[in-house]
Amino acid sequence: MTLQNEPINREQKKDKYCRFKKNGIKYIDYKDANFLLPFVNEQGKLLPRRITGTSLKYQRKVGQAVKRARHIALMPYVTDSLK
Amino acid sequence: MTKNYETVFILTPVLSDVQMKDAVDKFAGILTEGGAKILNNENWGLRKLAYPIQHKTTGFYHLLEFEAETTLINKLEIEYRRDEKVMRFLTTVLDKHAIKYNERRRNGAFKKKEEVKS
Repeated sequence: MTLQNEPINREQKKDKYCRFKKNGIKYIDYKDANFLLPFVNEQGKLLPRRITGTSLKYQRKVGQAVKRARHIALMPYVTDSLK
Repeated sequence: MTKNYETVFILTPVLSDVQMKDAVDKFAGILTEGGAKILNNENWGLRKLAYPIQHKTTGFYHLLEFEAETTLINKLEIEYRRDEKVMRFLTTVLDKHAIKYNERRRNGAFKKKEEVKS
């Protein structure tokens, strides 16, 4: 009996990319709440970079924009059913 | 030193149309008196808030874009705080990308925004 690691069929990795770099978006508007929706989860929390694939430079801007949108009540601070 | 700014404020929904316009004119007046150049004055109308503020679920949103001396911002924000009609305000400095973006927005490059206006 040999113990051998069987190859696991993982789903093929999709290449992540930063959508801001790809589309040449330089400024993230906090006034457009719908645009910010893909970057938060159902509870309205910011999603990590490892999920959205955003580069660090733009992740900081996304964070800033979401926080501004929350302040002027375009997005909720806490919720249960954003999507 | 002048910079480009943009400010969004929310007025209480209990105001009448005239009172609301007066309040907006007041803040626009403060800006022009302080030597600012107003580039855009946008009324988003009565909108639902994402969460209640001062036990109210709606508010009149207003957006002002202007070019002003940096010292004027303090005066404007003091006026915001003094005024009970203002529930929330946010003033941000615009960098070069934001200025370009706002120019396109003002000229109606984004269709979504036109729906909000109408």
